[in-house]
Amino acid sequence: MGDFWLPEAASKMASEIDSLFTFVNVVSAVLLVGVVAAMLWFMYRYRRQDPAERPTPVKESQLLEISWIVIPTILVLLVFNWGFKSFVAQKTIPENAYEIQVQARSWGWSFEYPNGVTTDTLYVPADEPVKTTMSSQDVIHSFYVPAFRVKQDVLPNRYTSVWFEATKEGTYDLFCTEYCGRNHSEMDADVKVVSRARFDDWLESAGTPDDIPLPELGEKLYTQQGCQGCHSLDGSDMVGPTWKGLYGKTNHQMADGSTVTADANYLRESILQSGAKVVEGYQNVMPSYSNLSEREVSGLIEFMKEKSDKELPEE
Amino acid sequence: MSTTTQNAPVEQAGPHEEETNYLNHETSIWSWLTTKDHKRIGVLYCISLATVFLVAGVLALLMRAELSAPDETLMANDTYNQVFTMHGILMVFLFLVPSIPAILGNFVLPLQIGAKDVAFPRLNLASWYVYLAGAVLTVTALLTGGVDTGWTFYTPYSSSTGGGVLWMTSAIFVAGFANIFTGLNFIVTIHKMRAPGMTWNRLPLFVWGMYATSIVQVLATPVIGITMVLLILEQTLQIGIFDPALGGDPVLFQHFFWFYSHPAVYIMILPAFGILSELIATFSRSRIFGYRAIALSSVAIAMLGFLVWGHHMFVSGQSAISSIVFSLITYLIGIPSGIKVFNWVATLYKGSIWLQTPMLYALGFLFMFTIGGFTGIMVGVLSVDVHLHDTYYVVGHFHYVMMGGSVVALLGGMHYWWPKITGRMYNETLAKIAAGLVFVGFNLTFFPQLVLGSRGMPRRYANYAERFTGLHELSTVGSQILGLGLFLILGYALWSLAYGEKAPANPWGAATLEWTNTTAVPIHHNFERTPLVTRGPYDFHLADEVFGGGDGEALRDDVPQIPEPAPSAPSEKETAESTRA
Amino acid sequence: MATETAPAPTETEAEHDPRPEHLEHHFVSSEQQFDSAKLGMWVFLITEVLLFSGMFVAYAVFRQWNPDVFAAASGTLNQTMGALNTVVLLTSSLTVAFSIHAIKQDKVKQCIYYLLGTLGLAGGFMVVKYFEYTAKFEHGVFPGGAFDPHGAHYEHLADMAMAPQFFSIYFVMTGIHGVHVVIGMIVIGALAIMAWRGSFSSEWYTPVELTGLYWHLVDIVWIFLFPLLYLI
Repeated sequence: MGDFWLPEAASKMASEIDSLFTFVNVVSAVLLVGVVAAMLWFMYRYRRQDPAERPTPVKESQLLEISWIVIPTILVLLVFNWGFKSFVAQKTIPENAYEIQVQARSWGWSFEYPNGVTTDTLYVPADEPVKTTMSSQDVIHSFYVPAFRVKQDVLPNRYTSVWFEATKEGTYDLFCTEYCGRNHSEMDADVKVVSRARFDDWLESAGTPDDIPLPELGEKLYTQQGCQGCHSLDGSDMVGPTWKGLYGKTNHQMADGSTVTADANYLRESILQSGAKVVEGYQNVMPSYSNLSEREVSGLIEFMKEKSDKELPEE
Repeated sequence: MSTTTQNAPVEQAGPHEEETNYLNHETSIWSWLTTKDHKRIGVLYCISLATVFLVAGVLALLMRAELSAPDETLMANDTYNQVFTMHGILMVFLFLVPSIPAILGNFVLPLQIGAKDVAFPRLNLASWYVYLAGAVLTVTALLTGGVDTGWTFYTPYSSSTGGGVLWMTSAIFVAGFANIFTGLNFIVTIHKMRAPGMTWNRLPLFVWGMYATSIVQVLATPVIGITMVLLILEQTLQIGIFDPALGGDPVLFQHFFWFYSHPAVYIMILPAFGILSELIATFSRSRIFGYRAIALSSVAIAMLGFLVWGHHMFVSGQSAISSIVFSLITYLIGIPSGIKVFNWVATLYKGSIWLQTPMLYALGFLFMFTIGGFTGIMVGVLSVDVHLHDTYYVVGHFHYVMMGGSVVALLGGMHYWWPKITGRMYNETLAKIAAGLVFVGFNLTFFPQLVLGSRGMPRRYANYAERFTGLHELSTVGSQILGLGLFLILGYALWSLAYGEKAPANPWGAATLEWTNTTAVPIHHNFERTPLVTRGPYDFHLADEVFGGGDGEALRDDVPQIPEPAPSAPSEKETAESTRA
Repeated sequence: MATETAPAPTETEAEHDPRPEHLEHHFVSSEQQFDSAKLGMWVFLITEVLLFSGMFVAYAVFRQWNPDVFAAASGTLNQTMGALNTVVLLTSSLTVAFSIHAIKQDKVKQCIYYLLGTLGLAGGFMVVKYFEYTAKFEHGVFPGGAFDPHGAHYEHLADMAMAPQFFSIYFVMTGIHGVHVVIGMIVIGALAIMAWRGSFSSEWYTPVELTGLYWHLVDIVWIFLFPLLYLI
């Protein structure tokens, strides 16, 4: 029955909701058949046989009246309780959920991942909770993924959220279900569920457009990733060392007394594991940017090269 | 009220010519346009509403035609959006909300309680003119660019889209007054105008249904009125109550809107419950099982109906707590509806069931309304509604209630009272065929929509994904069968007006006053003498004036015989007489 | 359902109990007609209450969200004028009650005076309202989009994000209330003319009574509007 009525189930909540749907459906069907069967039987059994027939009134039965008040009440309270519990589960977003920002506009979606990658197809890792934080740029839209059994209106003046945990890899539909004008029916998107490993790979490559030169990419990331908050380009001292003339600097003094040459490998290490070597005179406060892809790291380093007039000594 | 002194109006004294009745005592168009007779106003409303239903129905057929294939077939997206918007607005605000009260309520209610008219006949006529003004504004909205907001007018979309939205909202504001007038009139009429002996426990259930409806009309309609006023001011003066761009809140609009529009659902279905009780009692010739339960459950539904509007907003961004409370109350309101269905089925037990066309509609109603009710329970389940909200499941659900419930009951009621309204019978064979077509067509149209919805097909889509094609095709075929059935009804109804057999006074052997105490077509002032009521509306075993005590039951002393020969049951003799006449 | 019909009135009965002119054909007695009219008016007043309650809800919601802005904006309203109008309207409720009392005792002249008094007070209310509105408009305090406050008393509102909402609600609520006052004035004027022509007596004064009920409602709505908008 579930297969006929419901679409493919691809999230952890789906099976719970499907069981509830099927339960209500089956109970309804049984009661409907009962009512219709009684109706048809009476129709046949008590059909009028003589135009002057005047049946004796049936005495009302209080027991009957009470039983068909009480039994349906119990049934619906049961259903309410079940629905209530699964609703609370739907509304309680796990704390470790991976967060994706969703922007809706007439008539399209964009999805922004923590590293700033923005796409028009929703990629999600399988088997882990994902939370969407959604807002609209214009009118009300609604985020609906039938396979996940989730839906939430997306409002222009506040954030709304849903969460889901995809269980099956594959491509699913995302529909807008709040009427939003001319192309409401075209306001859809694909949801691609992939394994965590493939998700990470994708996220890395997706974040680095291949078509711009590395130094330009680095310049972009410099602001996008917030580097400019701590590292100046003009030699002034901020929270972290300036990038002016950093690349190629020899005898770079570390807090532990050692010195290093600021070559590509040193810079790479400092980006990905920022605490490995701390420059003298600065606090170890920089977060690791391990979410950056290879190409992005290279881009940053190429950008730093441009900001330095030094050349690495030939080896 | 329970005074027994009667003052028959002077012009009513003396025996009546058989030919003079409410239809022919004056015949000029002017006499119709200025009539204060509740029966004529019912007929005027009937003509206007049938026109609206025809237009909105044709729009529905166009929508289904467009949806017969996934991509654009007949019309572009913009056109489709306008078509479904107009279908919704016309059906809800200009057809279903006024329908049963304005047509049958106006015609039947005063007759059933033994009154000469409603309490405020002038207000009643005003109601029709106000309704017409609303219709004119609607046409203006169409001429000034149309409306594509959906019948729900959700902000901010409705504030940002131009066209005729301003005219349309004004139309709804104005048409609301027509409903308030009707509701107010009925409440006072039922309280103050009952014939002697017509106690609350002897009110026909149709009257109880109208009473509950009127309460909802009076309490809910002003709220849509002020909502529309605020919407209009928002567009003209940018007052910023609902539009987030101006600092308003779109969810507040949804609260306002559904505070009216959910009770409006009960404005549509409660009168249908009333009709159903009449049909089932008359055509099974037995007392309604659980009269009190049915009467009081209508009033309970009317009251609880005001506390459930938030179940339209489970995914709107309202707080989870509100959703949970609204869901709980929603279940409680399902129970009175269930009680009614069980009681109606129990009424058939040991009855004498006569399968005439009105009864076919009544039985069809039981089937379809039950599906409508169960699917309603389904969408009331919090977590399941998250999946089903704004899909075709919801579309299917409310069509099962509104069309399979209200409209089918209205069709049953129109067939039932047609002889009383027009004085003519319709062709029974054609009527049964049409009832069959409506039943099959309806279910074929809307059952696939339930499946479509639970499979994830969103509503208000002009184009859709390939995988939904099969079910959409089925639904389109169903809509054409349904349309065929409805056009057949229109055809034989018009035919009956001109060539139909003359109807006897009480063709169904019903026991309520409009059948027992009036001439075949009621006279201008309804009753030649004010009825004195001595038994309940469905006490067929006491209704000797209907059956002439023909079953050999001893005549009781406390039930004096009426002086004039009583209209008899639909026997061969009666039919033969009327044919000769 | 009836198995009996009431006896038709005989000639003599009809002479004893002639149908008064005001009694419409479909009513049995004046009493029934009066009761019906009164119940109808009460039902109508309920619809009015719900109409206003929609706006009160909007007010409550926005006040809940922005209590400070609403308090600040409310402070710019003229409490003296508001209080004056409250007194004026309360007095008019009293005079309309007196007019009903007078007509019940067939004192037609007194009834007319009281009706005219009510009319005058209602006019006074509208005049005060006119001065209040124009004082606001002069300083750019308009409902909604045109909101552009200037002048010493209002300048601080310009920086408040939700101040336009307060004045939108203020103008809509008092505006719709004002429309009700004007409608009441027209009806009361008509009543005075009818009374002058001798239409009313202690036998039949239903329109006066019903208008009185309506006028009390207009008064009660103001009793809620005044503290909510001006005082808190």
